[in-house]
Parts: sequence; C-alpha cells; structure tokens
Amino acid sequence: MAKTVVLERKPLSLSERTYLPQIVTGLKTTFSNMFKEKATLQYPEEKPQLPQNYRGVPTLVNDPNGREKCVSCQLCEFVCPPKAIRITPGSVPEEDEDREHVEKAPQEFEINMLRCIYCGYCQEVCPEEAIFLLDEYSSSGYTREEMINNKAKLYELGGTLPDKHYKWDKKKDAEVEGNAH
Amino acid sequence: MEFNPEMLLQLGLKVLFAFTMVGAVMTMAGYSVLAERKVSAWMQGRVGPNRTALPFVENIPFIGSFLKGLGIFQPLADGLKFLFKEEIVPGHVNKVYYYMAPLVALVPALTTMTVLPFGQYYDEAGNSSPLILANLEVGILFIFAVSSLGVYGIVLAGWSSNSKYPFLGGIRSSAQMISYELAMGLSLLPVFLWVSVPGSEASALSLVGIVSSQNDSAWLLLIQPVSALIFLIALFAETNRLPFDMPESETDLVGGFHTEYGSFKFGIFFVAEYAHIVVGSAIFTTIFLGGWHFLPWIADPWPATWVGTLLGIGWFLAKTAFLIFFFIWIRWTIPRFRYDQVMSIGWTKLLPLALINLIVYVLLVTWLDQTPSATP
Amino acid sequence: MISKGKTDQVTINLDGNDVEVPAGMNLVDAVALHGKEIPHYCYHPQLSVAGNCRMCLIEMGTPMRDRGTGEAIVEEDGSPKIGWVPKPVIGCGTNVSPGMHVKTESDLVTDCREGIMEFLLVNHPLDCPICDQAGECRLQEFATDYGRGYSRYKERKNVKPKRTRLGPRVTLDDERCILCSRCIRFSQEVAKDDVLGFVDRGSFSTLTCFPGKELANNYSLNTVDICPVGALTSTDFRFKMRVWFLKETMSICAESSAGCNTLVSSREGVIHRITPRRNDAVNDSWMTDSGRALYKRIDSDDRLKFPLVDQEKSSLEDALAASISLLKDKRVGIVGSCKSTVEEQYLLNRLAKETKAKKYLRGHFGEDDGILLSADRTPNLRGALITGLASSYPKENLNLLGQALKKGQLDTLIVVGEDLMDAKVDAELLSDIQIIYLGTHENATSTLAQVVIPTLTPFEKSGSFVNRSFFLQGFKQAVPGLAGLLPDISILVRLINELNGEAELSSDLSAVWKMMARSSTSPLKGLSFSDFKKDGIELDGSKWDELPFVEQKALHYEPTAELTTD
Repeated sequence: MAKTVVLERKPLSLSERTYLPQIVTGLKTTFSNMFKEKATLQYPEEKPQLPQNYRGVPTLVNDPNGREKCVSCQLCEFVCPPKAIRITPGSVPEEDEDREHVEKAPQEFEINMLRCIYCGYCQEVCPEEAIFLLDEYSSSGYTREEMINNKAKLYELGGTLPDKHYKWDKKKDAEVEGNAH
Repeated sequence: MEFNPEMLLQLGLKVLFAFTMVGAVMTMAGYSVLAERKVSAWMQGRVGPNRTALPFVENIPFIGSFLKGLGIFQPLADGLKFLFKEEIVPGHVNKVYYYMAPLVALVPALTTMTVLPFGQYYDEAGNSSPLILANLEVGILFIFAVSSLGVYGIVLAGWSSNSKYPFLGGIRSSAQMISYELAMGLSLLPVFLWVSVPGSEASALSLVGIVSSQNDSAWLLLIQPVSALIFLIALFAETNRLPFDMPESETDLVGGFHTEYGSFKFGIFFVAEYAHIVVGSAIFTTIFLGGWHFLPWIADPWPATWVGTLLGIGWFLAKTAFLIFFFIWIRWTIPRFRYDQVMSIGWTKLLPLALINLIVYVLLVTWLDQTPSATP
Repeated sequence: MISKGKTDQVTINLDGNDVEVPAGMNLVDAVALHGKEIPHYCYHPQLSVAGNCRMCLIEMGTPMRDRGTGEAIVEEDGSPKIGWVPKPVIGCGTNVSPGMHVKTESDLVTDCREGIMEFLLVNHPLDCPICDQAGECRLQEFATDYGRGYSRYKERKNVKPKRTRLGPRVTLDDERCILCSRCIRFSQEVAKDDVLGFVDRGSFSTLTCFPGKELANNYSLNTVDICPVGALTSTDFRFKMRVWFLKETMSICAESSAGCNTLVSSREGVIHRITPRRNDAVNDSWMTDSGRALYKRIDSDDRLKFPLVDQEKSSLEDALAASISLLKDKRVGIVGSCKSTVEEQYLLNRLAKETKAKKYLRGHFGEDDGILLSADRTPNLRGALITGLASSYPKENLNLLGQALKKGQLDTLIVVGEDLMDAKVDAELLSDIQIIYLGTHENATSTLAQVVIPTLTPFEKSGSFVNRSFFLQGFKQAVPGLAGLLPDISILVRLINELNGEAELSSDLSAVWKMMARSSTSPLKGLSFSDFKKDGIELDGSKWDELPFVEQKALHYEPTAELTTD
C-alpha cells in the first residue's frame, strides 16, 4: 500500500479568490490555441496513415499460388462475439489435384458487416492464417443485403498475402516422396 | 386624424429602418452562430465548417474557395435545414403556449434594439444627432424591462412542454434571471450617477447621453471597472451563456427548455439566444465602451459628414463584434457552474459587491459635488 | 465389461483417500465414480479390454501377505504394508480388489501420460482444422492436459491413406488412427461382423477392412462414435458442422421397440446428427445406423406442412372445426398408432371414449437382428397396451376395420399416421366414409382424407415411449416444429375439449401426466414426466406376459412368452 500523504492546502489569496487571474490565464490559453496547427484531417480528400496492425474489414486471403487458404474449420464463426460470421462447410472434390489433400473448404462464407465489431478475434483464432482484417475501413451500402460480404467479395477484398508456412504443400510433399510404405 | 403625406413618409421610413435593423441583427445573430462554430473549432485545433458553398460563387478563383473555407454560407444552410426539417410536435404538450414560446423568446431580443443608439448623423450644419429608432429618455429602463421578458419564452417553453427536463430548465432560468437582474440593475446605478452629475447635459437614463459623455473622455469601463465587471457577468447570465447556461444544461437536462422542440421552432430559440448576445454586446458597447466614439480621450478622427457616420457605425459594430467574440471565447474557456454555484454567486457575491460599489460611488460623487474643484 | 449383479462394495485407497467401490469393477470406471479420470483411449466399458494404448498407466499396489502364513504384513504403525507394483500398470487391465492402493496423480503417472501423448502425436497429422472429431476428440483433450505444446520430432511424419471409404457410411483417415482397436473389438463383439483389422507393423500399422469386405453392417456408425480420435468419421456428417455448435437433446430412437437412448444434435433448429446415449439397461452405448438417419424424414418432400380440408390448404382452426363437425353425433372409428407417444395414445383413448368410437390398431413388423433392431418396428406398442388404446396384440392388417366398413357401421374415421391401404383395407370401402387424418407425412390414406391435420415428428415434440422391456423413457423436443403446426397432444386436447363442452383438458405435458397417473390400475400410477426425463423407469408389464410379442432375444431383452406367430 502506498503511503497516503495529506498535503496542507495553501489558503487562497484575494486575487485567487476572485478567480479572475485564473480566468485570464485560461483565456490566454484558448486564444493562443486558435493559431496553432489544426489537427483535423479533410477526410475524403485526405486519408489517414493507417498503422501496420490496423483492423479494418475482415477479408479472406489466397496463398501466393492463388489457392484458397480457408478450410472452413469454423473457429472464427465460433469465436465471433457478435456472431457476424456464417460458414457453410464443404469438401474439396477428389479430382482437384492441387487441393485434394486439404479435403475441406468453405462452400459459402458470409460476414455480416452490420454485425461485425472489428475485434479481430477471427484473425487471431484462424489456424490457417486465412482471414485478415486489412486496411479497408469504409464499407457502405444501400441495403442490408449489400452489407453481407459473401465468399467472392471476401476474396476480392483480401487478395493474396505472402505465406510463410505452406502447411498443406508440406503435407503433399510428404505424401509424394515421404514415408509412404 | 387628418391624412398627412408627410406623416406617412415618416412612418414608412421608420418601418424601413426597423426592418433594416431587424435584418441586421438577425444576420449578426446568424453569423454569431457561425463565429461560435468557427472559434470553438479553432480553439480546439479543428477547422470548423468549411464545406458549404453556393453554386457559382464557389467557382470564383481564390475568393470562392476562401469564402467556402470560412464557412460563410453555413448560416444559410443551417437556416434552410431548420426550415425543411420535419415539424414534430410531441403529443403531450400544451399546444398554444408551446407554439407561443419561441416567439416570446425572440421578440424581446429584437425589441430592445429600438432604443439602442448605434451611430450619429451629421446634418449640413455639422450638428450631430444620434442614429436610433426611438430615442427614449429612459432607454436603459426600457431595455431592462423588455429584455427580462425574454425569460418568459423560456419559462413558457419549459412549462408547456409538459416534460421533466424542460420544466427544470424553465425553473432554473427564471431563478437565474431574478438573481442576476438585481445585480445588473444595481451595477448600472453608479454609472448613471456618474454621468448625470448636476449641471451636465446628459439626461438621467438616456443611452445617447451616456455615449456622448464618453466622447473625447474616458470610457466608463475605465471609470467604473467594478460596475462593468458585474454588468458583464450579469449579462452572461441574462443571455444564458456559458458558464451560466442553466436553462439548457446539455449535460444534465438533455436540452433544457428546448428539449421537446425541433425544426424551425428550435431554430427560433436558437436565433433568439444569439440575438440576445448581439443586443447584449451592443448595450455593453454603448454603456462602457464609448459607443461609436473612437478611443478614450481621443476625439473621433473622422469627418463630420456621411463618411464619419459610416465609420462611426463601423467602429460601433467592430466593438460589438469583439464583445461577441469575447462571449464565445469565454464559453470555450470556462466550464459551466453548478446550479447552486450560480445562485450563490448571484446572491452572495455579485449583489453585495454591486451594493458596495453603489455606496462607494454615491459617497465619491457626493464628495466630488461638495468639492467643486474636483469636478471630473 | 462391468460385471452385473455384484453390489458388494470394497474399499480401495485412491490417491491417499479410502473410497468405496463395487467389487471387481474395472479400475478406470471405479476411479471415475469418485470424480477422478484415468485418461484412456482403447478401453471402453462395454468392450473387452485390449490394453494397447497405454494411456491409462497408473501406480498400483496391494496389501502384502506373508508367503508362508498368508497373514497380512503390517507397517510399524499397524497399517497394512503395501506392495507397490514396481512399474506402472494399465488401469484398464486392473480390477479393484479390497485394500488396493492406487495413485492416479503421482509424478510417475504424469510422466507416463506425457510420454505416451508424445508418442501418439509423433505421427499424428494435426489437421484439427479439417477434422470432424475436433471438439470432442480425446487426443485433443489429453494433449491439452499432458501434451508438451511443441514437437521434438524432426523427421517426416508417416503418410497413410486418407479419405478411405470403409463402408457406405464410414470414412477412414488412417493418419489420425492411434490403433486403439476399439472399432475392431466392436465389430467382433457387438456387431458380430468381423471385417476390420490392422495390417503392417510398427508405426506402419494401418487399420483396414479385410480384403473383399466392407464395414456395411447396420451398426457401423458406432465405430465412429467410439473412435477416440478422428480416424473414423461418419460420411453423412462429414464436414457438415463443427460439434461445438451442436445443441444436444436427450431423445429416444423411434425406429423400433428397442427404444435406444439417443442424443439429437442440432444447430439453430436443424438436426445434423443423432448419436447413441449410454444406457446400460437398454442399449449400452449403441444404436443402429438406420435409426440415425430418421432425422432426414423431417424435411422430406412428402412431409405434411399445412392442414388440408377437402384436400385444399386451410388454417388449423378451420381444419379443427371441420373435424368437429365430422365427429359430432357420428359413428366414429379410430385407427391409433403404435408410433404415437404414451401421452398421445392416452388422449386418443379419451377421444375414443368421448366419441364412443371403435378402436383399431395395427403393428409394423420386420426382421429382428437380435441386437437393437427388434421385430416390432414401432417404438410404443406397449404404450398402447398400458394406456388402453389396444386391448389385444395388434396385427399387421386391419381386417376388423374392413369388416366394420363392409357392414357400414362407421361414418367417420380418425386415422393417426397409418396407411389403411397398406394395412389391407380395401380403398373402395373408404369412399363412403369421412376420414380425418392426423400424421406427419403424406400417404395413400391422407390423399383420401377429408381433413388432414399435420402433426410433429418425435424430434419436434416431447413425450415418452415404452420399449420392449417395458422401460418408460421420455424424450424432449430437439428442434422447433414446422411453423403453424401444433404438437399432437394439443390437437387431441382441442378436439376433446370441443366435443365435450365440460372437459377443460390442458395440453401441457405435465398436466396430461397428472391425469394419466390418476388411474389406480395403470402401471403409470403416481408417475410424472419429470421422473423419467433422464433415465427410463421399468414398468410392471407382467399383466401382458402372455401376449405374443414378436421380439426375439436381443441385447438386454429376454422374450417373456413363446412366440405364437407361425
């Protein structure tokens, strides 16, 4: 526990008790503020410099080879506090040689931007690094339906991000040349 | 009464003057709103309204964008907005008084200016006569009487809204008005005592007389600083300006008396509030800042022709504008008082101070009268 | 397996505390009785002990006895001296014995578990994001408890077949398999269809079907349930929904009179799967594959979705009003159903009394597989006997009804869910009478009916069934019914109330039970719905012992009378 020190309050002088000098000081401050540089950004013409970890609209991203990263594990749907995410899981057809070993992919992936609170939990929880809150922040629409981003829109917004792991490719490599017996 | 074309002309001229005055005051009120928004923005590091533009004016090089940046057309947009907003009347109000209240608030503000001298006019002989709609001998009393009526608008609005917050706002407003009216009146007594020394030409309660007394001599602000201070503080309270915005009290009463008002009715309240400020500033200028006269102890440097008239009016307006700026400046500098603090300042500080001030000046004036050599 | 009938208690010392457990019980189960868990994969209480996963290693000791005299050896303070087994032993291979000492939380035990987990995870693919077991995976759970959080394994993981079709309903991912052999033992011991086995050795061991065979028996999905990891997955449920979204409702399978206890998993009113619920007196932990598919009937095309009057879409109110006018002062016949709940049968019986109706009932019979699909393909035939809706054992046809119709004894027929043509009633005989059809799905009878009032499936309502062993078992509404429809008991109560101006029955389930429990002669005397919501109650069915029940000896069922049919 911090020690409490009781300070003796100094009695106010007459001029202090009228508060007039203090008011004059205040007036000086506000007056000088008038000539300082303005902090306002002229928004539509000027855009703010976004920090690196800015959380904008959640998007889905492809890996550098243009392949879908999401495997529809639905962890984002689970963790989403306002229940904005809705996934219809589906499987990757066996004929898809490039992606067959991933087995699972979303059939439909919807994020309701009227519900989204930009908390970034979905990005944090994603085990595939497939969902990112990028720097798009001004999404708007005329109807409620427009504000629900479907899978195509989410991939359009997200585009392609670099991938450090290529997790599923490693798996495929192992299958091709690895310990198969 | 016999038909008299001369009288009709006089009447027509008076009506024309009156409309001009109303127009001028209303315009000033509108631009006070803009000034408030701009000044508050600047003081807070913002830029304020800078988006409104008129179709063609906007395209004039430099000037167009400069005016747009200043937000010159903002009051126009604001006014139109109030006009075109949906007219909503809550179901629980007392309709008659509800509609009457904004008018009752606005009319006194506009009426007080009839007795306000704002310049002087020189005839061909070089004799000056004041520019004033109605040169009452008891101008200041008229102002006191009429401007206090403005509070009825607020009280009416509060009561007819039939809702808690407006009601509280109305109550506070009347209490505040009574408390500060006393100090205000008492603060002016020494001024008139001083001005109307026996033998002086100034009439007892005439505003024109007060202005003339400040020509080529000290402003009353310098002679009567305590009076000026009390009057200024009371003026803030009378115009419901921060730090005395008890009737509105956005923080605790939502919107105070005008909570239930919207669209143009609210707009009228808004304009009335700023009209009060404009008129209040003009009164202070008249009484304590020498009216249209140049500077203390310096005779008016302008010629005694129509040029001088215009320059005088301009000088008067400049002083008034500065006071309006001062009103705004104070608002964005000082936090508001609590209701009990407002009451305590009014009754336990300002009123005794005004009384002491009065007594001191009564003694001083008496002493000066007894010693003719010391006549100011 | 749990040895039944032994109620003797013995005292063992569990982590320093003396606790009472049933004598001879498997240690894993005995410890669970006292709120402690011995993690395990291969052990299953209803299968034989294999002891191959090694996850349940614990420290165990028994009181020492002198080899010569057989007397207990005691410590200096008089307590018995414990002879600890020098190495950890598997809990699942140990049955409790008096005075046994067990340590389930010692450092050695924890070390063992961590070691086993690391070995199990060496070749595990860690594809939880795409694994349907995620969320109910024992491997995930124990990896959380005993895993090290990172891998020391630098080599390449083994590659095994993925997405293998084991049978029509089961998909196998061999990489995820931890070789616990539960599925193999289940197929051998319970399903009696020995098709699964391991091939290859060491870390190459792979689960597979015997050549030329597939896992196609009607119990194949139970292997998915008991699979502790995601190796065996249901092809139907595969990639449909993550388990953590599912709301589980306790229900009873309506496929046959076996009355399997089930869990219906639904999300936002849509059923995604049905799994068995353990009940050692009824179905152990199993159920049939065919019973799991019943939920698909909810959304089938022939589902009745709105009331019909003269085969025209109408409101429920109009349909009820039309029914009343068809019933008032008419000669009424009622064809009840063994698929209705006990409550519905009771109310139908009340309605029969109210309209002085003749009662008819038919049975649905099929092959008995001797496990959990009994010959009686209705869930509640015994309920009809108990509620008095049936006085004799129902036959598969409705010849009696046919005769009554021939003689012109009936004006109006209430049919609950049955198809009269299917029960050998001539369609021509139906043309002279008015039919009120209450049922969930369309059939030939409903297309003839003057009034059709849709009812709800067992997934959409609460109620109770009496199974072949006279177990009264309750089930709860799992998903909301179709919009605008009422549960069957509400419809019946409305009809009874309308017909009898005085009666003010309530359609509340507990109120219905209050009335049912009032009868002094019924086996339901003094019961209320909340009594058996969780576990069934065995009713006294001795009164009907002589009836020719068609069920054969099966899991937890002994026939009471010799079969008299054919």
